[in-house]
Amino acid sequence: MSTEDRGGVDQPLVIGGRTFRSRLLVGTGKYADNETMVRAIEASGAEVVTVAVRRVDLDRTKEEGMLYHLDPKRHFLLANTAGCYTADDAVRYARLAREAGFNEFIKLEVIGDQETLMPDVAGLLEAAAILVREGFQVMAYTNEDLITALRLEDAGCAAVMPLASPIGSGLGLINPYAVRTIKRRLSVPVIVDAGVGTASDACVTMEQGVDGILMNTALAAAERPVLMATAMRHAVESGRLAYLAGRMPRREIAVPSSPTTGMLD
Amino acid sequence: MTAPITVTVNGSDRQLAAASSLLDLLAALELDPRAVVVELNREIVRRPNLEATRLHDGDSLELVHFVGGG
Repeated sequence: MSTEDRGGVDQPLVIGGRTFRSRLLVGTGKYADNETMVRAIEASGAEVVTVAVRRVDLDRTKEEGMLYHLDPKRHFLLANTAGCYTADDAVRYARLAREAGFNEFIKLEVIGDQETLMPDVAGLLEAAAILVREGFQVMAYTNEDLITALRLEDAGCAAVMPLASPIGSGLGLINPYAVRTIKRRLSVPVIVDAGVGTASDACVTMEQGVDGILMNTALAAAERPVLMATAMRHAVESGRLAYLAGRMPRREIAVPSSPTTGMLD
Repeated sequence: MTAPITVTVNGSDRQLAAASSLLDLLAALELDPRAVVVELNREIVRRPNLEATRLHDGDSLELVHFVGGG
């Protein structure tokens, strides 16, 4: 949806000085096949598409590489450091990703625990400081802790990415208060990353006022990923518009919508 | 003829002709240099330097690219 359609109310999403056309960012992992992935990304309307850095499998066809399926001119490839458990590893993966030559952006993950995939915030802050110094635009995957988010902003991150719930869990937005607080207190964009399961989750998340959502499994693991991608596109836009529109106050008692006068005797 | 050298590529040992360059290695593996990033002994080798960089016995290489991820 264009800015004009929103009556000029909304501003485009800008991260690290770059303007993006969609507030929905999508991953490329776990799809049943690449054709479905490409069609789902298309249906989502996402511009930012995340990828992981891994060894080339020398025993298999080269076509497993994402660049055989995604056109870097059409999509903004955002590499991640998924799977990294130390700041050193994350920095190593980020440097390799940048060398692939597309952009200076990195979705920084430093994972602290295998079961929950919760971030190691000490490692995250350490890696963020190094990468910012090296000129990266760091988008930091973090938990919904305000203080960590503030520290990441202070470290120079281009965006802070609190989770809605654990990666791949589809549990939705568990702590709207915390995410709302982070959004209120930070100046850099806040992109909720991970945990969204279906369209209502995405809508509620956007209604908190955050700048965008990054999701992967919600699309890839849906029974019909392309259809879910369409639903998510609408949900993110609806949630954004509802946030901008400003919801009515909640009331504990009913208030009639029709006139209480003019009733018949 | 100099004896071949052994290098480790993505965790597996490979024999190469002595004085092979990184570009030779990628060609032997049928990999497009534009689609791969090369790390030699933990240091990234930039594309313009692939041809001039010679491999030595015991070198350790990582060849990486982008795959699906979230």
